[in-house]
Amino acid sequence: MELFGIFFAAFLINNILLIRFIALCSFFGVSTKIDTSVGMSLAVIFVMTISSAVSWVIFHFVLAPFHLEFLRTATFILTIASLVQLEELYMKKTIPALYRAMGIYLPLITTNCAILAVAFLAIDYRFNFVQSMVYSIGVSAGYSLAIVLFAYIRERMALAPIPKWFQGYPIAFITAALMSLAFLGFTNMFGL
Amino acid sequence: MIRENPVLRLMIGLCPVLAVSNNAVNALSMSVAVAFVLICSNFVVAAIRKIVPDEIRIPIFIIVISTFVTISDYVMYAYFQELHHALGVFVPLIVVNCIILGRAEAFAYRNPVLSSLLDGVGMSLGFALALVSIGVIRELLGAGSVFGIQLFSPVVAATIMILPPGAFITIGILMAALNKFENKVQ
Repeated sequence: MELFGIFFAAFLINNILLIRFIALCSFFGVSTKIDTSVGMSLAVIFVMTISSAVSWVIFHFVLAPFHLEFLRTATFILTIASLVQLEELYMKKTIPALYRAMGIYLPLITTNCAILAVAFLAIDYRFNFVQSMVYSIGVSAGYSLAIVLFAYIRERMALAPIPKWFQGYPIAFITAALMSLAFLGFTNMFGL
Repeated sequence: MIRENPVLRLMIGLCPVLAVSNNAVNALSMSVAVAFVLICSNFVVAAIRKIVPDEIRIPIFIIVISTFVTISDYVMYAYFQELHHALGVFVPLIVVNCIILGRAEAFAYRNPVLSSLLDGVGMSLGFALALVSIGVIRELLGAGSVFGIQLFSPVVAATIMILPPGAFITIGILMAALNKFENKVQ
């Protein structure tokens, strides 16, 4: 039940894109087409789970015993950057189909702040290993849900008559506001 | 500052803008933190640009930036605990803020120290301008106050402005207004 609570809170109630406002650059950048948003979601789910596992282990077994917690910002970002490179090489060799689906989004993900934020938040909330795994899966599922829904809306919006000054990004922001309003409806669900 | 405004024009560095702009004080302190990191890292990158090998410049930039981010994180934690709590994870996240790495790569790495410093100042002013104006608008409409000073009693229905959706609405309308303004100038 506790794990379900963590998952649900990360997935809907504190949706990383619409409520927490993390990783918005990618939210607006890759959501113009459904294909690209699906590719990005796959890459996020994959990288986020692995990198939060690795950064949890590094923090608790390398940084904490030596009282080097103040190095965590530098350590995590370098870990994630090198991890992304490793994953890219590995996937190219072993799972070329998935690699093609993710395409150019895999290298781009180093600058996706969601990955780094989840690594930090899992430490700040004092999660144990299993909890932080469930948390990162919940966050990445929430990310995928929001960005794919948003891409569907934006594809429709391309055909709609929109006032001249609002074309492009302004109307995208207004749309995001309405989606965010809908996600606020999940607040306090199950007493979370 | 306005034409190449990092937030409203170039669409970079968005996350902190939306997240911490629910009142003017948070917005201002976030801009100060970003300005500190941006100016210092521009300065250091410009100073060491001759001795940095081209192939590994990005990791080196990241280490320089994260040093300054850690400094500002810990200074804030030591002297402004409440603020540190309000800004939360967004202070360490300055390290992946595209504005800072972007300026290091696009400007400081190619230019001497003084002009990189000035570039840092100009970019941070543009960032602060966008962030603080969004913060002021949201706080004024949502809570009826500016920088914590109560001006009128808030309308209950307008509380939405300090909740997450308000950020999206404000920035969307600001951008549309900027589009219109620019069109008129031309």
